[in-house]
Amino acid sequence: MNKEIQKIAAQNKKRQHLEEKIVANILKLTAIISVTTTLGIIIVLFSQSLIFFENISPWEFLTGTKWTPLFRPAHFGVLPLIGGTFLVAFIAAVVALTLGIGAAIFLSEYAPERLRKILKPILEVLAGIPTVVYGYFALTFITPILKVVFGQDNVIIFNALSAGLVMGLMIMPMVSTLSEDAMVAVPKSLRDGAYALGATKFEVSTKIVFPAALSGIVASFVLALSRAIGETMIVKIAAGSTPNLTLNPLESIQAMTGYIVAVSQGETPHGSVEYGTIFAVGLLLFVLTFIMNIIGRVIISKFRQVYE
Amino acid sequence: MLTTKKTNSKKTRQIKETFFLYLFLSSVVIGILALAVLLIDVLIDGLPYLNWDFLTKYASRKPLNSGILAPLAGTVWVVLLTAIFTVPVGIATAIYLEEFAKKGRFIRLIELNISNLAGVPSVIYGLLGLAVFVQFLFDGSRNLISGALTLTLLILPIVIIASQEAIKAVPSSFKDAGYAMGATRWQVVKKVVLPQAIPGMMSGIILALSRAIGEAAPILMISSLVWVTFVPTTPNSKFTVLPLQIYTWVSQPQEDFRSIAAAGIIVLLVILLIMNSIAVKIRNKYQQRSEQ
Repeated sequence: MNKEIQKIAAQNKKRQHLEEKIVANILKLTAIISVTTTLGIIIVLFSQSLIFFENISPWEFLTGTKWTPLFRPAHFGVLPLIGGTFLVAFIAAVVALTLGIGAAIFLSEYAPERLRKILKPILEVLAGIPTVVYGYFALTFITPILKVVFGQDNVIIFNALSAGLVMGLMIMPMVSTLSEDAMVAVPKSLRDGAYALGATKFEVSTKIVFPAALSGIVASFVLALSRAIGETMIVKIAAGSTPNLTLNPLESIQAMTGYIVAVSQGETPHGSVEYGTIFAVGLLLFVLTFIMNIIGRVIISKFRQVYE
Repeated sequence: MLTTKKTNSKKTRQIKETFFLYLFLSSVVIGILALAVLLIDVLIDGLPYLNWDFLTKYASRKPLNSGILAPLAGTVWVVLLTAIFTVPVGIATAIYLEEFAKKGRFIRLIELNISNLAGVPSVIYGLLGLAVFVQFLFDGSRNLISGALTLTLLILPIVIIASQEAIKAVPSSFKDAGYAMGATRWQVVKKVVLPQAIPGMMSGIILALSRAIGEAAPILMISSLVWVTFVPTTPNSKFTVLPLQIYTWVSQPQEDFRSIAAAGIIVLLVILLIMNSIAVKIRNKYQQRSEQ
């Protein structure tokens, strides 16, 4: 009888071990999907843009100042797209940084806990609104206002400023949340030291907390900029589709993302040089945002170490 | 002499203090006001066009005859398919990373990779979907499955990270009790960790799906359809989704189409609002329970 039980127990254990092993391997397989996605992105971007780089040298691509791939004569200089992208992203980053840091200081240093708990979720709604909605808002609300402010003839209906302002609004919660995290991480003893010397809240905020949290704030700026560069629908709807190397935010531009979407939607034949352009531009976009994300993350992990 | 100077500087410091308090406060207020203006603008433009006909008609070249039946059905299809693909893979990956894998280089690599994927622009996922799913897997057919698979890859990092957080929130004493009874790892996961973590995972998954519903760029690349006048019947159907239809309407020059777009935006925002409140409700309930 006892032996029987022992036998069943041993069998049970064997079965459990087998089950454990199978489950562990299945789970491991799913975890590998994420790695395959990254590899997939890299392989697709390189292999599909190959046909483009066989015909146009990377040097011509990166330094050319004319982008007219679908017209004759075709020019394949990506600088106008990069310029357009950064013009919008820069405006967005300035808006997001000004509002975001102000909001972060208010929430972390001034606001009582109860007020903070109400305000923060409301601000974060801004980050959850779909980008087409922002595009609509930029085109139908902000652009008409800009036309009144700068004069009907000076503002083109599709312009970089409108897209940039609205995008800044969208990424503002990202800046304020990341900056606030950095400010909250500043030890209380530093603040108390300054208060003990008779400093006001403003002095503590700007002379103690802000410098101590600076790296986190810089990181939030880099990550927000990267987010702005990758944003698509706002620039597609509100900023126009004219590749244009300009610093005038009232003009129409085309961003890298806007170009990719415009061409992939059209009838460009699969496997042509024109089709290859979207993957070449995509590769450039991927590399740019990848580098910025890495920089942002490195800065964040550095500032965390300082106070731990 | 010295005392007057001191009081002066104290006064200016106080003025400065008040001034900057309001300046910082104003950044918060501007953000909230902008949100309010955006919502009111959409409501004023769109509400007059929002009626039962609008929800049950197909898109039309005439703005006033337009409806959102096709994109509404497309969105429901895409979300369901995306959920079917995302949920098992996302949860399984999170379980593996938190409970099964030995902490080491391989895990650090996977986690770094996941957080990087979360920062990849959505157009890049569109390119990936276009090349791998549309061109390679389905031979040029721009179908629902391609769209759902693309969105799955897009939101998978968010789902994995949220599920990991939910698993981390399960007290280790619970797990230790399980192990002390001689349970295997899989038994502990199945009987202790998952029942505790599922509400947290659910709220993360719903939030990720609502992100997928709002995404227009990758779907614009995959679907590329502008006027759809049918409801998809199989996963192989062509399709459109709400944000894509809104984009199409916004891009029309006629004023009336913009108002129709606003009506579409209201529908989209209501869906997102419902999903988000469900997620918040689940999360609150779950937090209360774990605090007890």
